Amino acid sequence: MLTELTEPTTLKASQPVNLVVNGTPLQLNLLPWVSLLDALRDYSGLTGTKKGCDHGQCGACTVICDGKRVLSCLSLAVSKDGSEITTIEGIAPEGDLHPLQKAFIEHDAFQCGYCTPGQICSAIGMMKEGKAKTRAEVKELMSGNLCRCGANTNIIDAIMEVQNQSVHE
Amino acid sequence: MEPYKSQIGQPVSRLEGHLKVTGTARYAGDYSVPGLLYGYVINSTITKGKIISFDTSRAKALPGVLEVFTHENRPSLAWFDLQYADMDAPPGSPFRPLQDADILYNGQPIGLVVAETFELARYAATLMDIEYEEEAFDTDLRSQQHLARSPKIGMATMLKPLPPKPKGNFEKAFNASPNQVSAEFFHGTEHHNPLELFATTTVYEGKGKLTIYDKTQGTINSQMYVANIFGLKFKNVRVISPYVGGAFGSALRPQYQLFLSVMAALKLERSVLVTLDRHQMFTFGHRPPTVQRTRFSADNNGIITALNHLAIGETSRFEDYTEVVVNWSHMLYPAANTLMQYKLVELDVYSPLDMRAPGGVTGMHAIESTIDELAHKSKIDPLQLRLTNYTEIDVSLNRPYSSKELRECYLQGAEKFGWDKRNPEPRSMRRGNKLVGYGMATGIWEANQLPAKAEAILTGDGKLKINSAVTDIGTGTLTVMTQIAADELGLPVEDVEFAYGDSKKPFAPIQGGSFTVSTVGSAVKAVGAAMRKKLFSIAKKMKGGVFDGADLKDVSFEGGRVFITNDRSRSVSFQEIIAANDNKPVKLSKFSVPSILKLKKYSRAAHSAVFVEVEVDEELGVINVTRAVTAVAAGKIINPKTARSQILGGMIWGISKALREETIQDDGLGKYMNQNLSEYHIPVHADIHELDVIFVDEKDTVVNELGTKGVGEIGIVGMPPAITNAIFNATGKRINQLPIHFDMLL
Amino acid sequence: MNNFTYKRAESIEDALAQNNSGGNSSYLAGGTNLVDLMKYDLTRPDSLVDLNRVDGHHEIYETPEGGLLLGAFVTNADTAWHPIVEERYPLLSKAILAGASAQIRNMATNGGNLLQRTRCYYFYDANVPCNKREPGSGCSAIPGYNRIMAILGTSESCIAVFPSDMCVGLAALDATVHVEGPTGSRSIPFADFHRLPGDTPEIDNTLLPGEIITGIELPANGFSKNYSYLKLRDRNSYAFALVSVATGLELDGNVIREARIALGGVAHKPWRVREAEEFLAGKTADAASFGQAAEIILRGAVGFPHNAFKIELAKRAIVRNCMMALDPESQLPGAQPSV
Repeated sequence: MLTELTEPTTLKASQPVNLVVNGTPLQLNLLPWVSLLDALRDYSGLTGTKKGCDHGQCGACTVICDGKRVLSCLSLAVSKDGSEITTIEGIAPEGDLHPLQKAFIEHDAFQCGYCTPGQICSAIGMMKEGKAKTRAEVKELMSGNLCRCGANTNIIDAIMEVQNQSVHE
Repeated sequence: MEPYKSQIGQPVSRLEGHLKVTGTARYAGDYSVPGLLYGYVINSTITKGKIISFDTSRAKALPGVLEVFTHENRPSLAWFDLQYADMDAPPGSPFRPLQDADILYNGQPIGLVVAETFELARYAATLMDIEYEEEAFDTDLRSQQHLARSPKIGMATMLKPLPPKPKGNFEKAFNASPNQVSAEFFHGTEHHNPLELFATTTVYEGKGKLTIYDKTQGTINSQMYVANIFGLKFKNVRVISPYVGGAFGSALRPQYQLFLSVMAALKLERSVLVTLDRHQMFTFGHRPPTVQRTRFSADNNGIITALNHLAIGETSRFEDYTEVVVNWSHMLYPAANTLMQYKLVELDVYSPLDMRAPGGVTGMHAIESTIDELAHKSKIDPLQLRLTNYTEIDVSLNRPYSSKELRECYLQGAEKFGWDKRNPEPRSMRRGNKLVGYGMATGIWEANQLPAKAEAILTGDGKLKINSAVTDIGTGTLTVMTQIAADELGLPVEDVEFAYGDSKKPFAPIQGGSFTVSTVGSAVKAVGAAMRKKLFSIAKKMKGGVFDGADLKDVSFEGGRVFITNDRSRSVSFQEIIAANDNKPVKLSKFSVPSILKLKKYSRAAHSAVFVEVEVDEELGVINVTRAVTAVAAGKIINPKTARSQILGGMIWGISKALREETIQDDGLGKYMNQNLSEYHIPVHADIHELDVIFVDEKDTVVNELGTKGVGEIGIVGMPPAITNAIFNATGKRINQLPIHFDMLL
Repeated sequence: MNNFTYKRAESIEDALAQNNSGGNSSYLAGGTNLVDLMKYDLTRPDSLVDLNRVDGHHEIYETPEGGLLLGAFVTNADTAWHPIVEERYPLLSKAILAGASAQIRNMATNGGNLLQRTRCYYFYDANVPCNKREPGSGCSAIPGYNRIMAILGTSESCIAVFPSDMCVGLAALDATVHVEGPTGSRSIPFADFHRLPGDTPEIDNTLLPGEIITGIELPANGFSKNYSYLKLRDRNSYAFALVSVATGLELDGNVIREARIALGGVAHKPWRVREAEEFLAGKTADAASFGQAAEIILRGAVGFPHNAFKIELAKRAIVRNCMMALDPESQLPGAQPSV
């Protein structure tokens, strides 16, 4: 039930922010204190990225910015002008699932699902970094994503499965 | 046709999984509504006193700020306490946001800025000029213990029984016993901290009508609360909440963002989203700090002779929040002499609120640590001591258990864990420079059922839809209800739709206490059975007389057909039945009510046996729970996949309670100091190691039609004592304050 | 968060000029600490000058003197995983990877890491007295809950600790901080960069108004054979240190030629005691020697009601980490204790 988005009424200090989000160019006009997270959620209708703390303490807002996993809550959108952003909505082609998404479902790697977009985006970033080989290393490098439901073991199981598959391919 | 495979018992993956992994599941703050306004809450910066002046003019002067609501300009509202009471309200006067100038606790909501954007509202909230008159306060439970008193009794006592009456002569028996243990325990405050920030999007539909997307564990609870306070008709308040980003009890009561969002929407006649920030997530309910004292004794054969358990919990000045802390030991151990006491101390804090296994996880830590110490003192293996004192009846109430496979839990858990390899001597097992300890504990949680209603609709395409107002807070409710409904009509899961999380749908109580499957599941089962009956009665009247002479008991339902069980050739499809029903869907609903008279004769509880291995760095104290096995007997397990996740989640909560999370309170300032997820430490992935779950077969024909006991709580209760007992085995140190900081082991 | 103007600098000169326009301006790099503080309304700059796209200072390169220059705007992650850092300065790599989370390390820059504010609860609560936040208002941590606070170099005004891990590594490695400012460029030895609270706890470091960190230079010796970073904290990852230790050793067989030991989580700055390092020179690399050095390092430590344990913990952590440095391969992810 996406509807048109409201423009903020106080536009006097707004500045153009051009982003490529999930492959689509987005031209926004934002005040400089709008975070990348709010730019996605409130100004672009992309609510898949979650706000769990808004202060860099939970990882729920993790997106991939210019190829790297970052926290969108601590990023000012203006500062990311020109960046390519991938959110949970854009990690797989429409109608298809990323291997991690499939593995998360199969391993029941979530309960409430609120940390899930951040966990998956973070895991994609982690696999691209290529620094985590063992389970212990994966756990350490995924520790920036909190899960309050306690799906931790299932999350790591899902990631290990996909990581091992991609190593063998 | 392949024979129907029962869906109950199948590890079906979560049916909403696709939505959750693609970011398309919408939570309360994810609704984009035309003209949406944003509210930002202003909180008290003092602990107790009065607001003397509240100047909002700097904020109101900003273009785009529509209103700042305070106690001075709020609309007039309902007057009676009862109108503010929700389904989980303890005895007392529920907190009323923006009621008056009085400050009852630090962080109390005192105002709401409403603006065109979130950023503007947040900024405007920093421009308040507020003067307070401060009063002296007390927030320290331990220093105020002398004021402990008995709790008031109210509706909440129904699900939270008071301590059982004393039995025998505790003092005499305790003093006469050769093996005695006395211990004192302290648990600090904890906050639920679901990862989703509390949010309410109130959509103003005009003419006093509201559609509310609320973070709640009970859509009808929120609906009732809003309608009562704001004087709206029930039918004009619709609360929708299909996806809830964790709750753990925090959303059992409507929280203040709901009140403020609705108030602003009604007054401004606009749609309003109010989202709390993480700091504000510490400004409502919490697990109360609790002091406990235990005195247990045993004879030289390990027979427990006397049990005394006292708990003193915190409550607010305005409500008597209670939990069941001291009732458990006598349910498990049939001592002849008991003395159970439970008291409250009023402090200048918000009312505590049920948090995963409220009371149970608190009490069982004290009980099972004391039992462990008793075993140690009596030189009896802790598992053996529990088996020696095993009881098939609940001695505290003198009634049998409806089922109790705890013995199997002990045995299967011990086998899987390798309990026989334990050396009982503390500090005797090592791995390099790490001390290794094994510990075990028992878990117990009551199996309850409440009334609920469900509606079933069978449509022309032969598909079944079930409606219920219940939420799914991540427990797997959607999936499990679908499986139950599927089995009733012999349909594949794909042909059943469970529609939920909407107050317009049939009544379901708040989702908590591990009673949702038993409560809503029973209603789903009942309505499914009613649907079978109805379909058969239509089919019987159909031309051709396929079922002439047959009764309901003679037929089966499978794969969208009704047929004579012994003669599959005599069958009718659901589509044909609907066609015969003038192509009208068959729709009916059913109320399911627990059979109180039958249930009263039994104690009903889920049980667990938990086995834990810890490693403790000998010089540095660093603790890791390297392995844990939980064996659970919780009646019928509808979905082993989601149930296992519930138990794993509970175990991780137990690790967190024992070793990680705590709300740090500065009693000099009367406030919490770590209101963030950086310093409120919930476990990270690196904290969690090998966890194993066993479901022990348990048949229960008493608890409810499904034989289910619930698995939301039982995973956590035994974990903290199993961990602290393992730490004792590793280090010889018994630390009775949670969480255990590693430096306590230096 | 207050309203501010946002300007993007093209170069350091441009940034200095933009910042010169008067008022209360801040430089923005990774933003992981600044944006957080702004959201808590603890800092309210009138303007932000974004340094992320200045030309230069985005690289890591070897210096003619045999050392390594870390550009100020290189992220912590790119620094930790830079092949030369991993090979020649693994202690720094380990220290960086012990801090924050992978996402934050992908954002946070080297310059910014040095400028983190304390994580003291009372500093973060605008409604209670804090001399660091509001000079002269008093210290709430001294009478309050001080488990995470300092035990060394404290003052009556402030017992906050500096939260960085990377800086503990940089302190051990004797780095130099290069800055450019309105009055020109200068270099600051790492030991002089951060300061003790004294009577002016609001000042974290010796950077002058308007100055920008452009790079951090490491000397040639990276102690790459025998090194270790140990971090003790309330959970295994994504938490600030109660005590952390960086150790670098140069050995001749089992005799110590040179030792470097720096502590984190115990003071208003990374804590290094040269006397202890000099003591170790020529000693046998064993627990007894390290224990004696630990006593020297913790000399003068004063505990508060909730953090007195840090004194003994720090001593044990020093010994352990030095032992771990003898066997660097034993180090675990997250700088957890091993051997």
